Parts: sequence; structure tokens; C-alpha cells
Amino acid sequence: MASIKFNNVVKSYGDVNIIKGLDLDILDKEFMVLVGPSGCGKSTTLRMIAGLEEITSGELSIGDRVVNAVHPKDRDVAMVFQSYALYPHMTVRENIAFGLKLRKMPKEDIDRLVNEAAETLGMAHLLDRKPKALSGGQRQRVALGRAIVRKPSVFLFDEPLSNLDAELRVQMRAEIGKLQKRLGITSVYVTHDQVEAMTMGDRIAVLHDGELRQVGSPLELYDTPANIFVAQFIGTPNMNMIEMNVSDDGKTLSCDAVSLEASAEWQAAVSEKKGSKIMVGIRPEHIRGDDEHEWTDGTAKISGVVDIVETLGHEVVVYLIVKGLEEKVIAKMDAHKSPKPGDEVVMDIHLGKLHMFDPETENRLATA
Amino acid sequence: MKFQLASPSHYFTDLSLPWSLHLSQWDETKFVPVARGIHRNVVKFISNGAKVYALKELREHVAEHEYKMLRELEERGLPVVEAVGLITKRDEDVPFREGLTGQIDMCERALLITEFLEGSLPYRVIIERGVKEYQLNMMLDALADLLVKLHLAGFYWGDTSLSNALFRRDAGQMAAYLVDAETGEFFDYLSDGRREYDLDLAHTNIAGDLMDLQAAGLLPEEMDPVDLADSLVDRYNTLWHELTRDETFAPEEQYLLESRIRRLNKLGYDIEEMEITTMDEGRKARMQVKVVEPWHSRKRMQALTGLSVQENQARRLLSDLHQYRARLSESAGMEVPEVVAAYRWLTEVYQPTIEKVPDEMRGGLDDAEMFHEILEHRWYSSESAGRDIGIDEAAHSYVEKVLKPRHNHGIF
Repeated sequence: MASIKFNNVVKSYGDVNIIKGLDLDILDKEFMVLVGPSGCGKSTTLRMIAGLEEITSGELSIGDRVVNAVHPKDRDVAMVFQSYALYPHMTVRENIAFGLKLRKMPKEDIDRLVNEAAETLGMAHLLDRKPKALSGGQRQRVALGRAIVRKPSVFLFDEPLSNLDAELRVQMRAEIGKLQKRLGITSVYVTHDQVEAMTMGDRIAVLHDGELRQVGSPLELYDTPANIFVAQFIGTPNMNMIEMNVSDDGKTLSCDAVSLEASAEWQAAVSEKKGSKIMVGIRPEHIRGDDEHEWTDGTAKISGVVDIVETLGHEVVVYLIVKGLEEKVIAKMDAHKSPKPGDEVVMDIHLGKLHMFDPETENRLATA
Repeated sequence: MKFQLASPSHYFTDLSLPWSLHLSQWDETKFVPVARGIHRNVVKFISNGAKVYALKELREHVAEHEYKMLRELEERGLPVVEAVGLITKRDEDVPFREGLTGQIDMCERALLITEFLEGSLPYRVIIERGVKEYQLNMMLDALADLLVKLHLAGFYWGDTSLSNALFRRDAGQMAAYLVDAETGEFFDYLSDGRREYDLDLAHTNIAGDLMDLQAAGLLPEEMDPVDLADSLVDRYNTLWHELTRDETFAPEEQYLLESRIRRLNKLGYDIEEMEITTMDEGRKARMQVKVVEPWHSRKRMQALTGLSVQENQARRLLSDLHQYRARLSESAGMEVPEVVAAYRWLTEVYQPTIEKVPDEMRGGLDDAEMFHEILEHRWYSSESAGRDIGIDEAAHSYVEKVLKPRHNHGIF
């Protein structure tokens, strides 16, 4: 078992820094998800752990060992890929075992390890079947079996589900999560899909432009995003971001569309910004009609015209055109209200759930 | 639905095919039987005109990536199947199909079209027909050679296997072609870690391919899949070492340098660049070579400009193109993409220069040879003038001072 530690790690190609001084501790047995938009450096980070990318400067450790110069084969890590070919004439047992056979391991050891892996995967009864007789999910489990049978210290997953169709993808997310918990092997999982990140990781590291923007549990990232990037990257639909002026007495925030008072936790931070501007973040679920919530810790009104309606099932996402704001405001409504484009609506903003950011640094303001 | 075709020579007119349906839902009569290997994805073959095409079902982003990789590999002159087209948005503005049950959601599903490589066979078919050990050795040699070529070009395959290659006979030998680039990626610099990892994956995959044949009773009993997979690694390492190692020799051992070059040529590689540095106060010299495939420049020139020229002409023209690109980039204040520079060089430099030469003065010289002579003339004229006279003046001067006297004296 192993922890992973990045200590001021830099990866450059020529003059371009792809990873800019990464400090990150991944705990033993933890499921860490690296997430971020394309080109953020998440795959490079994973490949540095695997030893496929050389480290320009800084130190990377797996367990107690600095591995900067350790060959990929000697790092005791297993990469799990997007897809594996299953061999049609080989049984499930042979499909899982062939990597060990290749390493010339004694037959008794191979049998023992394959049986253990099959037990863990709940596939012991399928060991003598051929791939043709398996469902899509079972085939994916055989592929996982190939990786776990080696008993590595660390699993590295590089977007392993991106070539699967939606249904199987959701099924495999749960499967991988369960398996990781059962095996207790430190795992690092790369995805560009924030929903996948939120549903799978013990903790999530959000990367952007080669920098770590925040690391924390899914809820921490959702409830207290450290900066505007994380606030808008995590959560679907995106968090609304409205620039507002702070009154001279430091008590009120306002723009052409809305005026509100900061809740107690934000009062000190807002007061420090008297006469200047603040970026106020509001998640769509915190903007609702007054008959759709029981918020007792303060609300403010915002009115607009429905432009687009997206149905999610029991509720809908509405995009509102709000006078005085360039960006549309995204809110949620009960689907039974059947909003239509052109409807004029007045909504409540939940003041107890606001997020405040400095417009210049884009960092979250300190709460009381 | 959106059709993206790489070349007009593969123009598909048959829009009546059910492109918006998942391949598994097409009527089987639409397909043609072709010798094939095993595939992770659904792959089918159709004929169009005199050609046969492979259709592959993929998620859209994977298909787009593979299409891009295959085209880039082809542009760099590497042995790869030709990517012909990509069909996306298969759920938008498509006909409703009555009576179809269990229709698959086609959102974000794409079809990648590649041309079937004529005369090629997948390894399973070659082996199923009864393989001799020397034939299997030739296939492994071909695959090792393909992997080395890809690595020299900075390409990480990520899924080397017998299944992901096609084999074609080549003057008594076997040549391997890459057919699956889903996991591939180009790097400016392919680290040793990544290269060795790619080889490790190849080792594992090939063992799996062969063990599967063994399980099907198709591999001759005397052949051991593990030994054969190990031998691929040995073949790759021997070739890689020969192509990339530094060689140290004493000044009086110049013949070692020549014999190294001969060995490389015998292996089918050219030397693009050679660096010799002296060591130990001149008592020793170290030779480093950068090798490329034979006909590298010729293929590159053709890929960039469409010009079909000889190898040495291609080297000269590419050199001029590189200088032109450097000037363009400097004046634009940004790196001008090579394909953009190549197009502009072709239309703004090469063709106008050739057009300056009257037909009756050409005397049987082909365009590339004439351009080469104009470049030579420019170099000598610039040197004697003490300034760069530029391509226009060089062309004019070449006609007046070189071609006209030749023409007048009947010398060609």
C-alpha cells in the first residue's frame, strides 16, 4: 500500500511549463480524482506517477521512495486503460491470468491469484466462460481483473470509461468505486467529466493551466469552492456569477438586477470591500420561486423572462434574461409549473448560500 | 449528419446507406466479406466503386482523435491505413426509420472510415492458413520495425498488438501497417519511460494474441507464445540500439563510421543528421546519428505540397520551404503551421518561379530540377553580389545567364 506525494513538481516541454510546481499529497488507500478541462495537465500528472513522463524538477514519492528516476516497471503501479481486448478463444480465467503467465509465475500462484481476483470481482462462477457469453459489464470486470490480479500498490486510471456508452459508463463507475474500497489500493483517476469526479472520488484535485486550483472532498469543492474557476467547473448547471457593487457602508450588495444584504458569515469580508466590487456566485438550485422553498435565513428577489427551458424530470432548469445582466441567470423550477419561453417570473435568491469572490484575484473571500 | 472526407478521390455518393444507424443494425447485405482480425469495436467492410472500406463504430471524441492521428501518421509517411473520412452528428437531421426495433441512441457516436489496404492480411488469417516459424518471425520483425519507426517519429502507440496491425508482403519480406490509432499520441520528445512502456504493452498484447490462437488450436504446437512475445522485445531492442546508439572510435578507425552507415542502410534506414564530436583531446570521436526511413524527404514533400519529386530534389525543396517558413513566422511574430507555410511556399514561391521560365527554354528539365538550379544560381549570384538577390531576380538572371546561352548553343 502506498501514499503518493508531489513536492513542488514541475514538468516542462522546452520553455512551456505544463505542470507548474505541483504540491499534492494522495493518502494511502485513497481514491483521488484528477479533474480539469482539456490541457489542464491532469493526464501528464498521472503519467508522471506511472513514470511515462520525466519530471523536470521537484520530487515525486510513492510510499517512502522518491521515484523520479525509477523505471515504470519498478514502480509497482498498474495503469487501467480505456478498453482492453478480450481474447475470444480464452476463458475468463485465461483472460485474467495471461499477464502472470507471461511473467513466468508458477501455475499454483497464478491459480491462487486468479481465484482471489475473481472472488473480489464476484466472477468466480464465470471463470470457465468465454467472453462471448458475458454481458458488457462483465467483460469490463474481466478487464479490471487483469489489473488487480497483479496486486499493485497503486492503480492509475486514465479516462477508463470514456469509450463506453452512457449506461455502461454509469454501471462501471459504481463498479470501480466499490472495487477500490474493497481492495483498499491507492487509486488515481483522471477524468474531464466533473460528474464522474463528484461521484467517484474520496477527494478531488481540480487542475487548470497546470496549477492545482483546489483539492478536497466532493462536498467541500461544491460548498466552498476556493476560486471562481472551481466554483464554475464543479456543479451542473454552472454557478451564476454576478458582479455587484458594495455600498459605502459595506452592508449592501447591488447591481442593476438585484440588491441584497450579505448574511452574517460574509459581513466582515463584504465590509472590507466598501465602495468596490465583489463577484457573487449563486448556484441554480439556490434561485427558486417563493412557493418552492422553506428558506428562513433570508432571500432577495430577482425577476426575468424565461428564455430556455431544460427538463430534468421532476424539475426544470430555466435560463432567464434579466435586465441589467449580460449573462443569462440559471435557476431551477418545479417541472409542474411548466414554464415556457417568454414567461415573466420572479424568483427568490437564497442568501444563506451565496459565494463571494475577489474580482481581481478570483479567490474566495474569507468567511467569519 | 456530417460527412467529413479526407480526399475527393474517396468521394462517397451513396447517401442511401443507413449511416445514421449503428453498424450492428445495418442490413448484412450492405457489407462485403473481407479477411479480418479481432476488434474491440464493431468493424464492417463495404465496397464503393473499385475500393473496399472499413467502417468502425466509435464514440465521437475517440473517432475524431483516431482520424487525426491516422492522417498525421500518413502525412509523415509512416506505414498506416489511409483515413478516408469521419461521420458525426448521426442523430441530427436524419430520416426516421419505420419498423426498426431497439434503435441505439446515436448521440455522440461516429463512424471512422479507412481504406482497406489492398493485398494485406490480418495475422489471424495468415496463421490460420498454416504458418511456418520463419513466417511468424517475419511478422514479428515487421511489427518490431513498425514500432521502431513510430517511436523514431515521436509516436506513442499505446496498444501495439498483432490485432492492431495489417501485414503485407514486401519483396520477399513482410511489412506491417498500423490500423488502430485510438490510443496513439504524438510527442515532441518520446521519453524512454514512455517508449519502454509502449514496448511492454506490445509484449503483453502479443502474448495475449498468440495465447488466444493457441487456445483455438491454431498455433503450431512447437511454438510458445511467451517465447515469441519475448522475441519481439529482443528484436525491437536490437533494432533500436543499432539505430540510436552513440559510437565512439579513434580517428584512425574512420572505416567504423562507414560500416555503421552501411549497416543502417541495410536495415532500410537513411541518416538524416550526423554529429561527430571529438573527445579526449582529439584522441577519440563520438558519432551520433539521427535516422529516418528511406524516402523520408520525398514522402514529406509530397504530403506537404503534393509535389512528386526525387529524394535529393525533395531535400533541397524542403530546405527552401523551411527557410521560407522561418521568415514567415518571424514576420508574423508567431509560429506559422507547416501546412500553411507549405501552401504559401507552393503558390507564392515555387509555382511563380517556375512560371518565369519560358517553355522553350526548359530543355527537358523537370520543374523540381529547374527550381533546384535556380536556387543554386541564387546562391552563387548572391555570394558574388555580397547580398541576397532574392528568388525573383535569381529566376530572371538564371533565364538570361544560364538557360539562354544553353539554348543558343543547343546544350541540354
